[in-house]
Amino acid sequence: MSLPLFKNDEPLVKPAAQVLSLPARVQARKFMFAPILRKIATAVVPPLVTVIALLLIWQILCDKPGATLPAPTVVWKEAKDLIIDPFFVYGTQDVGLGWRVLVSLERVAIGFGLAAVAGILVGSLIGQSDWAMRGLDPVFQVLRTVPPLAWLPISLAAFRDSSPSAIFVIFITSIWPIIINTAVGIRNIPMDYRNVAAVLRLNAFEFFYRIMIPSAAPYIFTGLRIGIGLAWLAIVAAEMLTGGVGIGFFIWDAWNSSRLPDIVVALVYIGLVGFVLDRVVGFLGNLATRGTAAS
Amino acid sequence: MERPYLKIDHVSKTFQRGGAVSEVLKDVSLVINKGEYVSVIGHSGCGKSTLLNMVSGLLPVTSGAILLEDREVNSPGPDRAVVFQNHSLLPWLSVYDNVKLAVDKVFSRTRSRTERHEWTMHNLELVQMAHAKDKRPAEISGGMKQRVGLARALSMEPKVLLLDEPFGALDALTRAHLQDSVMQIHASLGNTVIMITHDVDEAVLLSDRIVMLTNGPAAHVGEVLDVGLGRPRKRLELVSNTQYIKAREGVLKFLYERHRFVEAA
Repeated sequence: MSLPLFKNDEPLVKPAAQVLSLPARVQARKFMFAPILRKIATAVVPPLVTVIALLLIWQILCDKPGATLPAPTVVWKEAKDLIIDPFFVYGTQDVGLGWRVLVSLERVAIGFGLAAVAGILVGSLIGQSDWAMRGLDPVFQVLRTVPPLAWLPISLAAFRDSSPSAIFVIFITSIWPIIINTAVGIRNIPMDYRNVAAVLRLNAFEFFYRIMIPSAAPYIFTGLRIGIGLAWLAIVAAEMLTGGVGIGFFIWDAWNSSRLPDIVVALVYIGLVGFVLDRVVGFLGNLATRGTAAS
Repeated sequence: MERPYLKIDHVSKTFQRGGAVSEVLKDVSLVINKGEYVSVIGHSGCGKSTLLNMVSGLLPVTSGAILLEDREVNSPGPDRAVVFQNHSLLPWLSVYDNVKLAVDKVFSRTRSRTERHEWTMHNLELVQMAHAKDKRPAEISGGMKQRVGLARALSMEPKVLLLDEPFGALDALTRAHLQDSVMQIHASLGNTVIMITHDVDEAVLLSDRIVMLTNGPAAHVGEVLDVGLGRPRKRLELVSNTQYIKAREGVLKFLYERHRFVEAA
């Protein structure tokens, strides 16, 4: 054992003094992959282990005859088409989960988009004006505690149609954190920036988009991120009650026809999409607030 | 007699918080001529910055009036550009855009797009910051930020340039560098400048006159010293200049003999 080691050591010592940069470069290139692989491994392996462990526990618990819930193997066997092909179309009501998620996402996009615009505007007003704060804040603090689904009957009565009602529920659920966080962000604009704006005589509109929005952007994106999470929570519940093609109604439909494996697959879809939505808003926030964060 | 350019006429300032009324400045009068460089010096808390903020219009005067070319100052505006102590650059804009924002706002009607671009670059060159025009404020040093702040103020072509302890947060070497730049710019453009400072050497080196405020509360102008040194001034030559030493002594005596800051111990 000691002999080959000694032999390997010898050539390393000799050229080290003569050529330094060239071997080092080759080495660096070779080692490039290792850290990346290690990084991926450290990110992927722990959650993978957790998932496998959870699936195993689930399998053991539900594998007995007479179990109330389907085991993972049963889910795979019975809902294979849903898992493998998210975009099949067999009929108007029989489509893949990908399509259903897209329909739900469209509703969220409209409701959340409106909430974002309205929330930022109203939040700016509350942050900027003491009187708007005094007048609106107590009302909003009460309204924001109303659960999303409690709004549904009222909106159904008002809109007399399920689709705008679902969108309204998204809107009303996700707007509060956007308003509140925007207002806090506006209140925290440093006096210096306000002084600069005053010396330059920026008008209200210029002040809004030159100073307020960029300065409050980190807060606004915190609000948007909470808001999109709430919106996704609410859409599933709202669709269960309003019907249509969305993922929420799919769950309700599957429950009514006792297709438990389908529900399990839908839950996974919902979780993954919610995760992606959160990350997308977070990523946009990072992009938009690079400047403000580093001051 | 020359017509006064900027006139601070019996200005007083009181702040009210709850029931407590505190009188910060009382009966401050001062006349500043065009092209003059005036420093305001005093112990911390005496109301130097309050005075400057009133000239800039960021704070309203309680009584008295401030007149710039015979017109009363009662709101902020680009004719009284301020260089703030902590630079106050907008961190989400590049160096260029920070200056351009001011140029676009002030000259939106009077100059074309290319003229505004050239004017922005001209002012960045004036403070030797053209090389960093695409950097964000977070990427440049404190002295550089202050230079950009100066460029932003200069670019507005203000009637009065207000410097609020502009070099206070900088190290001694950077400060000296910037002081030289300000002297050069003042020599070539002939701006009217009011500078707040608590640095005696800085005041004597840069100013034509030094206004010394007494300790607050109710601070007033204790003494006005004519520096009486010719320009251009050279830092090294002044060290042994008798006039410089005399002026320096005058300010020091005022600050440390007659108006010793009791609370500072």
